[in-house]
Amino acid sequence: MSRNWKRLAADYGPMLAIWVVLVLLFGALSDNFLTTRTLANIAGQVPALAVIACGMTFVLIIAGIDLSVGSVLALSGSVLCVSMGVLPLPVAILLAILTGGLAGLFNGAVSVFLKIPSFIVSLGTLKIAFGLAMLVTSSETVTVGLKLEPFVDRFLGVPVSFWVALGVVLGGQFILTRTVFGRYLIAIGTNDEAVRLAGVPTASKKIAVFVFCGLLTGLASVLFAARLGGMNADAGNGLELAAIAAVVIGGTSLMGGRGSVVNSFVGVLIILTLDAGLAQIGAREFLKHLITGVVIIVAVTLDALRGDLLASLQRRFQPKTSSSQ
Amino acid sequence: MSNTLAVNAQGVCKSYTPGVPVLQSFDFQLAPGEVHALIGSNGAGKSTFAKILTGLTPFNGGSIQLHDKLFAPRNKQEATTAGVVMVLQELNIIPTLSVAENLFLHQLPKKVGLLDKNALRLKAKEALARMGLEKLDPSLPGGMLGVGQQQLVEIATALAQESSVLILDEPTAALTSPEIDLLFERIRLLKQEGVAVIYISHRMDEIERIADAVTVMRDGERAGQHRIGEVTIPALIREMAGHEVKDSTDRRSLPESKEVTLSVSDLRREGVLRGISFEAHRGEILGLAGLIGAGRTETLRAIFGADRVDGGRVTTPKNPSGLPFSSPQSAVWAGLAFVPEDRKAEGLLLDRSVGSNTTLATLSQFAAAGLVQTKQEEDAAVRVCERLAVKCESLAQAVRNLSGGNQQKIIIGRWLLTECDIFLFDEPTRGIDVAAKDAVYDLLDELAAAGKTIVVVSSDLEELMRISHRIVVLSNGSVTGEFEPESWTSEAITAASFAGFGAEKEVAA
Repeated sequence: MSRNWKRLAADYGPMLAIWVVLVLLFGALSDNFLTTRTLANIAGQVPALAVIACGMTFVLIIAGIDLSVGSVLALSGSVLCVSMGVLPLPVAILLAILTGGLAGLFNGAVSVFLKIPSFIVSLGTLKIAFGLAMLVTSSETVTVGLKLEPFVDRFLGVPVSFWVALGVVLGGQFILTRTVFGRYLIAIGTNDEAVRLAGVPTASKKIAVFVFCGLLTGLASVLFAARLGGMNADAGNGLELAAIAAVVIGGTSLMGGRGSVVNSFVGVLIILTLDAGLAQIGAREFLKHLITGVVIIVAVTLDALRGDLLASLQRRFQPKTSSSQ
Repeated sequence: MSNTLAVNAQGVCKSYTPGVPVLQSFDFQLAPGEVHALIGSNGAGKSTFAKILTGLTPFNGGSIQLHDKLFAPRNKQEATTAGVVMVLQELNIIPTLSVAENLFLHQLPKKVGLLDKNALRLKAKEALARMGLEKLDPSLPGGMLGVGQQQLVEIATALAQESSVLILDEPTAALTSPEIDLLFERIRLLKQEGVAVIYISHRMDEIERIADAVTVMRDGERAGQHRIGEVTIPALIREMAGHEVKDSTDRRSLPESKEVTLSVSDLRREGVLRGISFEAHRGEILGLAGLIGAGRTETLRAIFGADRVDGGRVTTPKNPSGLPFSSPQSAVWAGLAFVPEDRKAEGLLLDRSVGSNTTLATLSQFAAAGLVQTKQEEDAAVRVCERLAVKCESLAQAVRNLSGGNQQKIIIGRWLLTECDIFLFDEPTRGIDVAAKDAVYDLLDELAAAGKTIVVVSSDLEELMRISHRIVVLSNGSVTGEFEPESWTSEAITAASFAGFGAEKEVAA
């Protein structure tokens, strides 16, 4: 049992610690940071980004990337808000999620079958989805009033959408680490050809990952629309970069084969805390961007050096004892 | 001047890993204006010697003189400056650059810091004309050329550099016969200019046509040196094959069963496999011999469904229709297993654990409702690792940190967990130490004794003769020989290995 705890601490401890330090730092720097209002504001932004980051983690683990999530979120959200007027709410939500799934299917199928890098395919999808979102919304903001209010209602003091996101994150981590599917994704991201030559089909699994990411983007659009009370074609601008940044800060490798949904979630917390905290201490807009950029680069650099650092630490601290547990 | 040698190598030694010599006191003399063929079986040391001369790898002992001056290039540039230039077997044309830019990539003409396009075009025209490529537009992108043309441009690139020693490694592999004529014409011109040429090739007929002398390499040593015309091809093949390996025949108790479990017939792939046919039986270890580039790896991959094939049949008990497998997945369903040659690139998840590598092919067996049952998985991995005596700290250790032999055992172990009964091994003992080799041999015997069918590709003929019940020889994409232990000799197998490359007339008897 204690071994399990040790592993949990080793897997998630460092990231959580960084976030806690960040929260305390901003708390010390500003009187207004550790207030319900600021924290609730951050908590309100977490769900949509966390759900997208979960999907993105899967995509990065198979060494792919999905740049379309921001505009697919706008498209799904537009479909949701427009169809809510004529369809029952659950059907409209389903439609929004399926729209995301369809975009994911397109990304996956084109990149896998035509062997085009997902970077390029999803860049195209980004523009297509953006165009379609403009078409669906007639380039205007579609407001839905309070119809999506249940998602922002509180349950045990926390918004329902936050619980949804938490469920997605834990579910995603479970799929990744405990299912055959998840284990094969890690294997595919490590060495695609070795998996294929072991007689395991890889194409269907890779497409499934893109579909999964798309479905989650559709779900995120519901949470996003609930918070904003509407949607427009521009709503998701830059969201893909925020999600990728969060995932990368969470230690998922852009080269594939390694990653953790839970750490991506903490990455989301870090990004949003940084953003809100810097605003609180009166940092000007340009400085916020500057600092966020530096944090991303530092995180990736640390991650790239991780192997070397660990090796040199091991050499330094256990020169004689050959650890064989 | 006239009696100085272009290259005089005395007692050159080289080993990449201590204790495993690749060159052992190798002597080689090359006169200016001479075309000297360098021949030998796989691993004889030809390419290593070429790499030493071109500064790609240092040598450990002996001396090399280039035009009477000591020569030990530390890198390619030093070799080029000294006048030693090599055309590699692989094509190095950059597809997006023009032919002209490819030709003079090493020294693009400049005018005030900018590329001098006119000068480049003129120089390129000239260089191409020397290879008989007057009609080729030097501004064409390299990628637009056919393979043969690319090879010619590659040679033109080498010739465009000032050189006194030119090394050609299998230059005709991609060329058509008129292109070969052109190349030979050009080589004769170079001879007249006093350039010394080292010609590495498998093709005996070409060596007879173009070379003045031939050096035979075997096991890193000079097995013979002759003037062309004073030696016959069978004699050269005898020298390459070397002493007769007479090993203990007691290792080979022939399988009793004559049930054919793998039947390959007329397997074809454009430019690689020209109709491969052979059969393997239950409990048999079938060796596939041949030179590098003969199509052995490609044959295994084609059988396993890893590459698309253009035609042919692969019949097994679980694939009675004989339709070739369309994917490794369907091959595995039919009970095939493949252990690839490059285990790091194609076999292992280097950064993943011993456990996940072992269960890679069978993970769903250890799952209930899609969830991995960690305990079952661990038990299976432990079982296999113990059976194969894999040395590792724990199942969680990354396979990157294991020795080559243990890595190989893990891939084999992966297949032992499946229900496979036909094993395809590609160079199963490459890069692993002697003790691990013996372990692999024992394992092959064990599998055969258990009624499995085993096909082994190996470039080490001695090894193949030691472990196989029967040997099929591939040469240039075709089967050129089949041998039983009673009838095989390394000479006969070597002859068959060269047969597909244009030496069949001479060895037919």
